[in-house]
Amino acid sequence: MEPIRIAEQLQEKFQTSILGIDEHRGQVTVLVDRDVIVKIISFLKKDQKMNHLSCLCGVDNKKRKAASAYMERFEVVYQLYSIENRTSLRLKAQIPESDQTIDSITSLWTGANWLERETYDLLGIVFNNHPNLKRILTPEDWEGHPLRKEYKLRGDTEWRGLEELKKKAVQLQQFDFHNASTAQGTSSDE
Amino acid sequence: MNETTTLDVPVSQGDEDRYRLKLGPQHPATHGVLRVDLELDGETILDCDPQVGYLHRGFEKLAEHRTYAQNLVLTDRLDYIAAMANNVGYCEAVEQLLAIEVPERAKFLRVMVCEMSRLTGHLLWLATHALDIGAMTVFLYCFREREVLLELFAELCGARLTTTYTRLGGVRQDVTHEIMMKLERFVDAFPACIEEYETLIDTNRIWLKRTIGVGQISGEKAVDLCLTGASLRGSGVDYDVRKHMPYAAYDKMDFEIPLGETGDTYARYRCRMEEMGQSNYILRQCIEKMPPGPIVGDDAPDLVMPVKPGRKVEVDTSARNGLIKLIDDRDVYMEGDIYVATEVPKGELGFYFISDGMGRPYRMHIRSPSFIHIGALATMGKGVMVADLIAIIGTLDVVLGESDR
Amino acid sequence: MGKINNDLVQIEEGISFIPGASAIVAPLNKIINWGRAGSIWPATFGLACCAIEMMVAGAATNDLDRFGIIFRASPRQADCLILAGTITKKMAPVIRRVYDQMPEPRYVIAMGSCACTGGVFDTYAVVQGADEFLPVDVYIPGCPPRPEALLEGLIKLQEKIMQEQGRWSQFA
Repeated sequence: MEPIRIAEQLQEKFQTSILGIDEHRGQVTVLVDRDVIVKIISFLKKDQKMNHLSCLCGVDNKKRKAASAYMERFEVVYQLYSIENRTSLRLKAQIPESDQTIDSITSLWTGANWLERETYDLLGIVFNNHPNLKRILTPEDWEGHPLRKEYKLRGDTEWRGLEELKKKAVQLQQFDFHNASTAQGTSSDE
Repeated sequence: MNETTTLDVPVSQGDEDRYRLKLGPQHPATHGVLRVDLELDGETILDCDPQVGYLHRGFEKLAEHRTYAQNLVLTDRLDYIAAMANNVGYCEAVEQLLAIEVPERAKFLRVMVCEMSRLTGHLLWLATHALDIGAMTVFLYCFREREVLLELFAELCGARLTTTYTRLGGVRQDVTHEIMMKLERFVDAFPACIEEYETLIDTNRIWLKRTIGVGQISGEKAVDLCLTGASLRGSGVDYDVRKHMPYAAYDKMDFEIPLGETGDTYARYRCRMEEMGQSNYILRQCIEKMPPGPIVGDDAPDLVMPVKPGRKVEVDTSARNGLIKLIDDRDVYMEGDIYVATEVPKGELGFYFISDGMGRPYRMHIRSPSFIHIGALATMGKGVMVADLIAIIGTLDVVLGESDR
Repeated sequence: MGKINNDLVQIEEGISFIPGASAIVAPLNKIINWGRAGSIWPATFGLACCAIEMMVAGAATNDLDRFGIIFRASPRQADCLILAGTITKKMAPVIRRVYDQMPEPRYVIAMGSCACTGGVFDTYAVVQGADEFLPVDVYIPGCPPRPEALLEGLIKLQEKIMQEQGRWSQFA
């Protein structure tokens, strides 16, 4: 079935939960309400045999020119593919800044677990019912979510771990053979 | 739910026998900087929790601050074992986003370098996988052939690993006659090399014991774990992006997708070995069918120096902003988003772009197969022995640069 | 047989050869330096792209073994740390920990642009050069450096070791 037919079918079935259908360069995107995301994806997985989750990522729309009337601060993008029917479809769920949560789809794909963790880590979107929602790429005590638009490329504040490490490196310098000649002078002063 | 936990090793329930082991990040068998937190009962793994991020360099954030052409350089450092395949994947995605036409010869050249990098990727996989399991000789043999390919890359574009060979709208340089001659000689000789590796390990009793039945997953489970590439095809699921969504000149190539049946480490090993043979076959077709013509399209952005020498000075002397303006004038950017997948040695590499009409991507997401494969390790690693975990890490064929981005 | 010729033949500054006795007279530090320079055992610590070139350097074509260089899996048996690849902030404490486990004398080679200066990755997650928290002996530029460049770096390290004065005890 053509992706655009599937999108129309979704609109018939879910009515108001489908906010819009968009086509760009032959790829169909369906904007959906985040409350029914699990229902829609499980329908696509069962009825349309969209059994392969190609991609799951989050987007920060803060600096983006509004492409549609429904644009909220964040969105989560799901790229689905049917290995059997060779069709793909993209879903976008909008997430407002006031309540940055969406339901997890780990019940449908075990593989979505890490993708959702990554989205949480880099964008701070919280996935409800996720079995293990922790930071994954950045250290556990990292501050901020790097892929948000207000986060600077070089970071806002230095990570605590690295500052501790630099202090430790200075402390350990006196025991180093490298600086044996220079360290002797300083250690006698102390 | 989990098939791998059907080991009939008695697992004692008392907590006193359990202990935690942190494997990595500095460990020779974790293929880089992967850390796996294990909860063990003797040698049996009760809980397996892979930790990544030790090579997280902020690719996606960095990409938002650079132009499309500048980002090409970053893709080399994703899967550094097969950089060419990443270059091609990135360019295919951007070209589709900006609707840039690629000439026929460039398409064939892309397929050629893609398959060469598939060979380098699979050779390195075989070398390290065998080394992890204990077969040292294979490592030396594989690197011998890999070196030939890397030197060919160096002759083609000046770098062995970080190639940046493709350009938006084509490729950087045309192949010379000598390179084609050398490649032809390699293609003629390579099937014998594959046979050589097979005589070393294919029926080796230790190899068989370490691979057959290890890390077994069914096709359904593999799809559930979002595996792609040979890790998925080893379980009998026929999914290869080259066939499903042909890019470059793959639709003009004649090749088969080898499938496994059992879904264990040995099946995946056989899959990759056959894939190497198929890659070699594709390379031969590339040499035979290589069409003449230009290597860069006419409507390519002005970042391709060789065909437009007059522009070179203008671009070179201009500051970064000038460069962007030059491209902006051509009005190639429009709002929209796109997801394009390509088949790299590890699996499905996807680029998701959002363009908001500027010279830089608004958002670039990389669907990296390695990241998802390591995620699957948490499921596959439960209930097996520690030694088998090493075999499973090897068979999933992960590279941490791509996983952590 | 003839008597031993006591006329020393100077080979190099400070090193003499006794003809007929098959013996060499030299200061202890020179002998120790010679021994160390001929058996650099690096800890395998591949971080990113450069690790692949490091592996190539160890494989048959370039063969690091002929310099007496054998990769050790454990830092406790190693005396050289080759930082091959990008050093991220998450990885930095681990690297320091590995370095701290190595026995003296120990040397550090920063291989590749990323380990030297951070390279193209001027981002929130990357340490801008290994020397922010480690004393580095040899810098090898390149992205990635060819295996030959790594060999050059190791030869430079050997030269550095040969010039050392009395580095066998902290108190000597």
